[in-house]
Amino acid sequence: MKIFGKKEREVLLDPLFNNNPIALQVLGICSALAVTTKLQTALVMCLAVTAVTGGSSMVISLLRNSIPPSIRIIVQLSVIASFVILTDQILKAYVPDVSKQLSVFVGLIITNCIVMGRAEAYAMQNGPVMSLLDGIGNGIGYSLVLMGVAFVRELFGSGALYGYKVLPLVTEGGWYNPNGLMLLSPGAFFLIGLAIWGLRTWKPEQVEEN
Amino acid sequence: MQFSTRYILLFSTALCLISSSMLSIAAVGLRDRQELNKVLDKKKSVLQACRLMKPTDRFSAEEVEAIFQNIEPKVLDLTTGTYAEGVDPKIFDPAKAPIAPAPKNSAQIMNMATQVLVYHVMKEGQLDMLVLPIYGKGLWGTLYGYMAVDADATTVEGITYYDHKETPGLGGEVDNSRWKGLWPGRKVFDEAGQVALKVTKGPAGPVDQDPHRVDGLSGATITSRGVTNMLQFWFGPNGYGPYLEQFRKNGSVQS
Repeated sequence: MKIFGKKEREVLLDPLFNNNPIALQVLGICSALAVTTKLQTALVMCLAVTAVTGGSSMVISLLRNSIPPSIRIIVQLSVIASFVILTDQILKAYVPDVSKQLSVFVGLIITNCIVMGRAEAYAMQNGPVMSLLDGIGNGIGYSLVLMGVAFVRELFGSGALYGYKVLPLVTEGGWYNPNGLMLLSPGAFFLIGLAIWGLRTWKPEQVEEN
Repeated sequence: MQFSTRYILLFSTALCLISSSMLSIAAVGLRDRQELNKVLDKKKSVLQACRLMKPTDRFSAEEVEAIFQNIEPKVLDLTTGTYAEGVDPKIFDPAKAPIAPAPKNSAQIMNMATQVLVYHVMKEGQLDMLVLPIYGKGLWGTLYGYMAVDADATTVEGITYYDHKETPGLGGEVDNSRWKGLWPGRKVFDEAGQVALKVTKGPAGPVDQDPHRVDGLSGATITSRGVTNMLQFWFGPNGYGPYLEQFRKNGSVQS
């Protein structure tokens, strides 16, 4: 990794475990519950969120010195919304089936606190390249949790991985009785809770002081 | 740094103009592809309604076209119950069909197209199934779908919805393939020729003992009722009733 200095690497990789947007900052939970019943939808959602956080952070960073502070939130939102609509249009054109399943959740990336949070907290103070890396890093951190949750939910909820049957279901003559809780939103809540517990046991410095 | 009001206004106008023109370019550029996808999606749901395509199947556009070789689209005039004359079904656009106010109905359809595109599914040159478009209000919006009936114009072959806004997990279960699997074999009309098929509250019996009822969707009473109302309307006298009656009596329709 010669192209990346230490600082760049930190910005890109810190959000994976040390400063994970879902696990540490507990942002972006609603979409993490909604789109993780299947790996395929989760994957497309992850790519969409990563593209949006990366792109919007970079554009906002380029504009950061000319954005009037009094209207900065609405400017950030316009940039983010443009990226989200663009992503939605591309998904509709190239992966219509997945786009149909994701339905409203692609549009809701606009309100995903991760995107807005990175724009306000990082992109407004840092250069475009670093902001792009920061956006992508946070997108990957989000993706990591989503893919993990989707893996467990699809495997135990539908006995499949990426749509391919792994555990033969009782209803189709197999032996596996699917766990319905995994297909419901509370299942994802429990999984994310367990993941946060696990991560904080591994990295005790993330535990908040009361 | 201080910004003047003039600058703020100019900045926001410029931002809006730039982002909206970029999005317009993207939307126009991608529109053709999206339209193709929509047409393909509709064709797939026709195939799903008549169960030539299972929910797990992933057909390419070519495979769908290949199956459509055996499907004849026809433009049906709902006011007469016969095929519309002088309209080519190949280029007929249901969205541009003449509109008339619908008679009072429980499916809450206010205006309806008087011409619709129905499909004859052929098997070895004989009519095998009819696929009919249906729509009506559910809880949050209109459900659009297709219902396929056998050539006897009474026995259900399948049902599918390709566009709806029902709650995922509750009313959205109209998409559930297990629920859709309860439909085939049920009868739309009773002996007297009245529309009898409905979605009941709670479970219905097996097909041979309980031919006019289908299990309700739990937690989705209004959606279930919407489906029943939709069937009542579309298979009733203002929908496909007169058209299907000719099939039941003569086995065909004079065009």
